Amino acid sequence: MTAPTLRTDVSSLPPEGAELARGGPPLRSTASTTSTPGTDMSCLLDVKNLRVSFAGKEVVRGIDFSIQPGEKLALVGESGSGKTVTALSLLRLVQNAAISGKATFAGHDGSVDLLSLPERALRGIRGQDIAMIFQEPMTALNPLFTVGEQIAEVLQLKKALTPAESAQAAIKLLADTGIPEAARRAGSYPHQLSGGQRQRAMIAMALACQPKLLLADEPTTALDVTLRTQILDLLTGLQQRNGMAVLLITHDLNLVRRFADRIAVMEDGRIVETGPVAQVFDQPQHAYTRKLIDSRPARDVVEGRADPAAAAVLQARDLRVTYPLPIPGVRGWFRKGEFVALHGASFQVPAGQTLGVIGESGSGKSTLALAALGLHPHQGQLLAAGQAWSRDAASNKRIRRAVQVVFQDPFSSLSPRMTVEEIVGEGLRVHQPGLAAGQRQAQVLRALAEVGMGETQFPGLLQRYPHEFSGGQRQRLAIARALIIQPQLLVLDEPTSALDVTIQKQVLQLLQKLQRERGLSYLLITHDVDVIRAMAHQVMVLKDGEVLEAGSVDEVLERPQHPYTQTLVAAQG
Amino acid sequence: MTIPASPLSASPSRRAWQRFRRNKLGYRSLVIFCVLVVLSLFAEVLSNDRPLLVRYEGAFYFPLVRDYSEKTFGGDFDTPTDYLDPFVRAKLREGDNWSVYPLNPYGPRTINYFAKEPNPSAPSRDNLFGTDDRGRDLLAQLIYGFRLSVLFGLALTLIGVVVGIITGAVQGYVGGKTDLAFQRFIEIWGSMPELYLLIIFSAIFAPSVAVLLLLLSLFGWMGLSDYVRAEFLRNRQMDYVRAARALGVGNLQIMWRHILPNSLTPVVTFLPFRMSAAILALTSLDFLGLGVPPGTPSLGELLNQGKANIDAWWISLSTFAVLVMTLLLLTFMGDALRDALDPRKADK
Repeated sequence: MTAPTLRTDVSSLPPEGAELARGGPPLRSTASTTSTPGTDMSCLLDVKNLRVSFAGKEVVRGIDFSIQPGEKLALVGESGSGKTVTALSLLRLVQNAAISGKATFAGHDGSVDLLSLPERALRGIRGQDIAMIFQEPMTALNPLFTVGEQIAEVLQLKKALTPAESAQAAIKLLADTGIPEAARRAGSYPHQLSGGQRQRAMIAMALACQPKLLLADEPTTALDVTLRTQILDLLTGLQQRNGMAVLLITHDLNLVRRFADRIAVMEDGRIVETGPVAQVFDQPQHAYTRKLIDSRPARDVVEGRADPAAAAVLQARDLRVTYPLPIPGVRGWFRKGEFVALHGASFQVPAGQTLGVIGESGSGKSTLALAALGLHPHQGQLLAAGQAWSRDAASNKRIRRAVQVVFQDPFSSLSPRMTVEEIVGEGLRVHQPGLAAGQRQAQVLRALAEVGMGETQFPGLLQRYPHEFSGGQRQRLAIARALIIQPQLLVLDEPTSALDVTIQKQVLQLLQKLQRERGLSYLLITHDVDVIRAMAHQVMVLKDGEVLEAGSVDEVLERPQHPYTQTLVAAQG
Repeated sequence: MTIPASPLSASPSRRAWQRFRRNKLGYRSLVIFCVLVVLSLFAEVLSNDRPLLVRYEGAFYFPLVRDYSEKTFGGDFDTPTDYLDPFVRAKLREGDNWSVYPLNPYGPRTINYFAKEPNPSAPSRDNLFGTDDRGRDLLAQLIYGFRLSVLFGLALTLIGVVVGIITGAVQGYVGGKTDLAFQRFIEIWGSMPELYLLIIFSAIFAPSVAVLLLLLSLFGWMGLSDYVRAEFLRNRQMDYVRAARALGVGNLQIMWRHILPNSLTPVVTFLPFRMSAAILALTSLDFLGLGVPPGTPSLGELLNQGKANIDAWWISLSTFAVLVMTLLLLTFMGDALRDALDPRKADK
């Protein structure tokens, strides 16, 4: 999906773009504001004792922080820590919430308290003095208007430009964010843009009025890793040129290290630690901060070459997977085109080892998982547990017992209307139908114990429903469901990317332990270099359905040969 | 193995039920409706022209379950006894004889030949709600008509739900060409003029409740099948279905155990509304004279009578009241159910 033309250096921006967008003389010299504390260093935003509660449940419990003009503050925390609610409540964009506290903001017309300002006055500040960009640009942009129109609307509302002027200005703003062919892109609808372009359009819209403060809520989380760096560089560049302050909300510590000046760590609605980035990373004071920084997954697997005598659990030669693609027009009535999601992939997963497959969205890595599971037809040779997938369900049953799967999203991978016992015991119903109910239950309990879940922690565990468990616990349930029929190979399709970093570490540790104890093989599919580094023995790099590079984890990650692998590793290093 | 049901470990349907119970209006409507339906199921005991129990010259008789000849009670003819006949009534009160009559001593077809006023006669001590233009007791007709309407509505809804779920599930799960063909069939089938077909059929076949049920069922499943199809299309993509397929669970099992329970929300939500629509359909067909055979107690026919006898206000007013109450109860239940199953309102 990502066009190579996207990689734009901020320094190569057209100079006239900046001028028109500001509607005044170019101010690129303000780039130094961030590094040198000026004489006039009154706070841009000073938040005191901010509390937000929903229906009596306090989510933000009295936090204080301040942002200087031109400063980049990162608000870091895991999901549910209240960081997004904090940002939204500054603009009073949260619904049905009781907000208290004080948020003094030095706006265009003097200091105001954002939390007590009349709605009408606050509307003048939103978008004008404080702008916001969201995590998912696809839902944050209106699908029925072109991006140009949406940016122009801001300009018309806030700056009273005429439609013609605002359309021109919108194109300049888009060009500022490094979108190629900005004039043409301004006429595009959000769905016609790639993810990175959409986020750029969002940024253009947020910066239309040169806000003094930008609230960026996980601006890169929905993007591929190589794009993340680009968007971050873009934000840094624009921030320095405009001298605006940024409140970056994220869970990604790599991002913080790279981008922010100061960091505030949030846990359970409170700020537990705050300080300059370098200091907090080097000498974290609070236990939670240490836990967050320590959460980079550690490698703890059985090293060494695979036993050459043992047969590989999964073997593929020239694997090719396609999806039917409708052909437009009359020709499409008679035949279908095909979209090649994966071709020419040859690999093997040795017994007791992990093959890591790394790639971005659209690289064909999830397709590979489906093919390995026999859930999607493929061409070429694919032997799972020494046997090829066929159309015959009975003969596939033996392979199914050997090859199991854990999916990415712990919320959609467990049926909400089945109990834990039913979910985990499902495999036994299929593969050991003769088992008595008592024996089945004993096996279910054993499988649950193996993933670290027992009756002592969760009374009545077997009769519970998935909604009572957290993401990490659900992922454990999914692993137990796969383990109960004693498979040889687990296909792990992004098993931890929906989890918080500390939980991710725990789940990976569990997977490592299972591999050590049971000699399981993993086909690990991920976009995260850290996960690969912690888990994999062999690595395969996929892009656009092609294998770019393959080899042992040391070779590929330490001495990447292909330029794409190099950017991938660098982006997360 | 049995765990006391804490509020935490309740199944989603159980939690929905708890949300439903919290809606007082809907919950009370459900209770009232159930009581009314159960009562109407025992309509024979409540409203009948035969005594429930007769003690006649030392022997017990059960006219409700058996026909007795008039000779049994000292009559002249070997015909079924007319227990409203003053002669028979007198006989049953002679000496030690006694008899227990239902609360409303008229059946739906009983004609009160002894009314003091011409038909339709106004409410009186004899006929609490008056009689219709043929001298039949109105209260009895309403009770039996309500029962017929509700049972008809239930049956029609049930058939529609079963057929709709099956067709929707097949379309949604199989997808592809099957889905395409089925969708086109539904479009063609749905564009048939239902009312004209009913008129034509009522001219060909002798009208009966069964024929009516069949004809309405032919068209009643389509709306639901669309919803079930959409749910199946959505749910079959979910990871838990993929995981089940990876485990080797068969297609029928996946549909039954995994997808169906997660696809029933629209079905359950629409149940009360579908039922009220079915009752309304039967009533309007009866009103037009295309519905149940003449002589069957029906709300639609009563409404028609009310229209023909505007001055007999008791006919139209009481029928209207019964109809409004039924539909209102169903609507309240439907509203509460819709709120209870709304995913956005989950677990407040």
